[in-house]
Order: sequence, then C-alpha cells, then structure tokens
Amino acid sequence: MSRPIRSRHLTRRAVTAGLGAGLAAGVAPFNIVRAQSSALKIAVILPRSGYLAQAGQSCYRGALVAPKVLADYGYKVELMHVDCESSADVARTQAERAINDGAQAVVGAFDSASTLSIAQVCEQRKIPLVVNIAAAPQLTEQGYQYLVRNFPTGGMLVTNGLKLINDVLAATKFDAKTAVFLHANDTFGTAQRHAMDAIFPHAGLPFKLLDEIAYDPKAQDLSVEVTKVRSLNPDLLLVVTRAADAIKLVRDMVRQRFEPKGIISPGSPGLYDEEFYQALGPLSDYPIYNIPWANPKSQMAQALEKVYAPANPKYRFAVECFNVGFTFEALLVAAAGFKTAGSANGPEMMKAIRATNIADHVMIGPPIKFDAKGQNVGIPSAAVQNRNRTPTVTLPADVATAEPVLPMPGWHQRT
Amino acid sequence: MTVAIVLNVLVQGVLTGLVYGLMALGLSVIFGIVRVVNFAHGEFAVVAMYATWLLFVTLGLDPLISLLPIAIVFFGIGYLLQATLVNRFVGRAEHEQFILLVGLGIIIVNGLLMIFGPDARPANLSYSFDSYMIGPVIVDKARVFAAAGALVVSAALVAFFRYTATGTAIRACADNLTGAAVVGLNVKRLYALTFGLGLACVGAAGALMVTIADASPALSQAFTLLAFVIVIIGGLGSMAGALIGGVLIGVSEALASFFLAPSMKSMFSFALLVLILVLRPQGLMGRRA
Repeated sequence: MSRPIRSRHLTRRAVTAGLGAGLAAGVAPFNIVRAQSSALKIAVILPRSGYLAQAGQSCYRGALVAPKVLADYGYKVELMHVDCESSADVARTQAERAINDGAQAVVGAFDSASTLSIAQVCEQRKIPLVVNIAAAPQLTEQGYQYLVRNFPTGGMLVTNGLKLINDVLAATKFDAKTAVFLHANDTFGTAQRHAMDAIFPHAGLPFKLLDEIAYDPKAQDLSVEVTKVRSLNPDLLLVVTRAADAIKLVRDMVRQRFEPKGIISPGSPGLYDEEFYQALGPLSDYPIYNIPWANPKSQMAQALEKVYAPANPKYRFAVECFNVGFTFEALLVAAAGFKTAGSANGPEMMKAIRATNIADHVMIGPPIKFDAKGQNVGIPSAAVQNRNRTPTVTLPADVATAEPVLPMPGWHQRT
Repeated sequence: MTVAIVLNVLVQGVLTGLVYGLMALGLSVIFGIVRVVNFAHGEFAVVAMYATWLLFVTLGLDPLISLLPIAIVFFGIGYLLQATLVNRFVGRAEHEQFILLVGLGIIIVNGLLMIFGPDARPANLSYSFDSYMIGPVIVDKARVFAAAGALVVSAALVAFFRYTATGTAIRACADNLTGAAVVGLNVKRLYALTFGLGLACVGAAGALMVTIADASPALSQAFTLLAFVIVIIGGLGSMAGALIGGVLIGVSEALASFFLAPSMKSMFSFALLVLILVLRPQGLMGRRA
C-alpha cells in the first residue's frame, strides 16, 4: 500500500497552482495562433437608450445583421454590443469595460460627444476605433492615431448639403429669398452651425439667412422656437434635427399654421426615421435632407438589404439604410483591416485600416479610403426627399429615382 | 416683432405651465404632508404617459378620458407603495429616503426601456395638429385641453383637502402630527391616502402630457427636475405655489426662448430658482420654517 504523497513542499494548493500554470503555459502558444485565425472581436458602442436611442437602435439593427453579410464576403467578426445611453461619460466607461473584456476594435458611436470620449480611451489602449457616424470635425483634427472615420465631417456635410440646395433650387426653379437656420444645440448641431457660419457666406446661395436659432433636442416641444421662426416668415427652413425633435418641429409648425415653402436639412438625421413617418403620416412628406445615402446599385448594399429585410420585418431598409449602411461599413473597415494585418494587434491592425481601399461597399461614393488624418474625404451627399413616406433620392440626377418638389404643398393639401 | 407674436408666446407659456404645475402638485402634496420627497416623481409621470399611450393605441381612448382611470390606478399604486414600502422610511434619515426613491425611479425607467424600448411613443390624436385662432393669437387645441384638464384636476384636489373630512384630517397631520395622532387619526392610513393622491396627480398630469409630448423613458429625469424647480419656486408643500410655480416656469421659459435663445430656457429656469432660494428660500407661497 503506497503512502499518500504528503509533503510540506507539495501541498494540494501548490499542485493546483502548478497545474494551472502548466496548463496556461502549455495552451498559450495555441491561443496566440487561434487569435490570429479566429474572428475579430469588435465592441459596437451605440446610444441604444437615451435621447439618441432611436438612431442608436437603427445602427444596432445594422450591426446585428452585419456578421452574416461580412461572413459571406470572407470576414469573420464577433460583436460585443454596448449601450452608451446617449451619454459621453457612459461611452468612455463602456469603452474601457469592453476593451478590458477583450474587444480588439471599437465601432461607434453615432454621437460626436460620445465618440470623442471613446477616442481618448482607444488612443490610450492602442485599439482601433472606426467611427460609423459622427460629424464633429475635431475627431479627425486632434491627431488621433487609432481613429478613422468613414463619415463626412460637419463641414463636408454642410458644403455638400449647401451645394445640393443650390442644385435643388435650380432643378425646381424655385425662387427662395429668405431662410432661417434652426439647429439642435448638441455637439453635432453646434458643429453644423460652425460649418454653416464658415461656408454659407461663400456658398453662393440666392437667399438671405435671416437668423440662426439653437434649440435643445431634448425639449418636450418646440412651440416657442416655431413661433420665433414664424415671426421671421422665411421661405425656407434649414434644419439640423436629431430624432424625435424633427417630429415636434413639424407638429408645432402645423399647429401654428406656419407653412414654409421648403424644409431642407443640409445634413442631419431625424427627417427620415420610421418614427417620423409613423407619427406624422402625410405631413412627413416633402422635407429634403442632403446626406450620404445607400447606393441601390451596389452589390454589397443589395446583399445587406437581403439579410436585413427578413431580420427586421418592422423596419424598412429604404428608411434605415443611412444608419445601417454606415454602421455596416465601419464594421467592414475594421474586419478588412484585421484580415489584411493578419493580426488583432492594435498597431498592426491600425496600419492596415489606414491603408484601406474598399471599392465595393454600401454607400454612394468612390472606394473607402482614409487621408493622413484618418478621414474619408470622398463621401458625397444626395438630395433625398420624403415622398409617400419613403426616402426618395432626387439628386444627383444619375442616381435619382424622382425629381425634387419645391415649394412643398401646404399642410392641409396632403393626402 | 408684433404684439400678437409675443401674446402667442405668453399664452403657450401659461398653458404649458399649468400642466407643469399639475405635475409638481403631486410632489408638493406628498412632501407637504408625508415629508418624503418623491425622487421617482418624473418616472411615475412617464409611466402614466405610457399607460395613456397604450390605452390610446389599443382601445382608442382619448387621454382626456383615460385620465380618470389612470389617476384611480395611480392612486392605488401610491396607496400601496406608501403602505408597504415608503412608510418604513418615514422618519428615517433623508439620505435613506433619497436612495429608496431614486432606486425605485431607476427600476421604473429600466423597466420601461425593457418593455417599450427607447423610441418616443406619440399619440396621434384627432386634434393633435389643430389650433384655435383667437384674433391674432393661435393656440394649440391640445395644449388648451391639457391646461383645462390640469385646472379641473387641481381644483378637485384643492376641494378635497378643503371640504372633505378626510382632507381636513390629512391637513391636520401636516400641521401637527403629534396632535393628529393624539386625537386618534390613523396617520399611516392618511399618509398612504396622501401618497395615493400625489401619485393620482402625477398620473393625471402624465395623461395630459401625452397630448403635448411623446412618451419616452428619457423624459423622466427632466420631469423630476422640473417638478423640483417648480415646487421650490412655488414653495414646498403649497398647492397654490405648485400651480403658480408651474405657470411661472412655463412663461419664463417661453419668454426666455423667444427673446434670448431657445437653448437658454432651462438656464433661465434655474436662474429663477437660484434667485428664489436667495431672496425667499421658502418659495413664493411657502411658509417660513
């Protein structure tokens, strides 16, 4: 009968620790190999609750269907879905947590303020951040090494948007004399205003800007704002809305019997959300928003829609393609960078991401490429108008499916 | 700028302020009698908004009609909440009451997010887009109805406290708790009734709010904060003060939005709050402690 091994130097605890260490040491090399060949772990940080939730949820729906489409194109990704609650502070904390939990890249975060918070974390941790939607110029002006943005800056949006306003006025032969600029006072809206201040005087638009009015997008109603606009009685209302505030704006205009001849966004969300159509019905028709849009002729856009439609029977791809498309493209950029680098190592992957050149993608425009600052400077806008409660591309003419209509029919002439 | 436009702004401010006042009334009643500050106040208002929206989309009930059943249900919820939970915290340290009700508020908001999601839920009423034209002044129909509803509910509450035996007993508890207990009043039951009435007010205000704003969980914190500002300005525990405070905030926000900048309206409310705290800490209608 053998004696049990008992020694002061070989306790049960020591054996367990030794086994653990041995296992870890033995398996570690295989782990490294597996990490290189397995899926890229991406934290998708979005405002899925809070005042930006509507758009955040829309982006989220895009992220949910992305892995399948990306897999069909040979990219393997594993997503960690994170809610930043429409708060920049929460975004920072959640980014830290996601990276600690193993995120090898980050995609997000719809809102400029949240994205700026996340950018600081990613920079410290050397983790690539691919911005899906966020327009504040400082994101690509502050020298971040681990950030790329496949979305126009506020300046690009406004420049493209104002140019398209000129094109819309020319196409409709509408002689607008005056306009008021009404914008949300958050980071995005304020950036848009700064861009407007810088670009409008040189844009050669035929109308006079009577006033610029900032409002709180979280306000319960916009009755006073509308009264203020009504007192100026402009031909055009230029707006930078966010989400639910676009509904409040139209509702208060109808209530106060204020009928601008055109509502045009030089580049902002809100006017094309499903909720906007549902809440306003025919009153949601005819606003124009000049923003990047999905290319219906792109094979990848068609593949995305094919997967998106059955997964989201309550939501139309035609309405959601802006949020869904840009979120998908951000994931595509990260996945392509991982594939090219052959590693999830942050600096190596970032080098590959910065050299991105993706010709077949979802949104209208040339191949996705980034400049030295990490900005894709080649993203064009389209003039999209709500017609029969559906976003309809009206300009540029080569991708348009309808002609723009201005002036808008009166509120009570809608059916 | 014409006088008509300024009149429009003033009228909008008064009408919105009356609904704000009704919402704050619930907070003021609860604090004035039970001496517990309901930090889940805005959250309950949002629950009422969702209940109203749900009744509208499922049964087609107009918020002005669903106001009554919702107020009754909220009375029951308030009564039970006070009897089972809040009563245990009456007389305990204020931070304990604070944590209890803040925690309750967080549970409510997250529950709403889980059930309804984060999207705002509008009730597209037949009169949502209608307005009255009185001379040069255009007034939203929905806002007029909401303000009228707020006045009726407030008047009913004041009448209850002034002309019923139970209302008098509740006021006795607020004036002299020991005396009320000595003469045999069931203080705990009266507290539960008061909490119920406070929540009934919130329920009614939430129902009316649906006519002018969309239901969304994100509104809850703003409502709580707004109610606090109003009752502090009007005077904690004063019913008239809550209504006056509501109108004052509604009008000052509207005027600040119009003459200064719409994005400055909240700043103006808080500036007013600071001014009141400095010049008249007990509020406009409050009694000095």
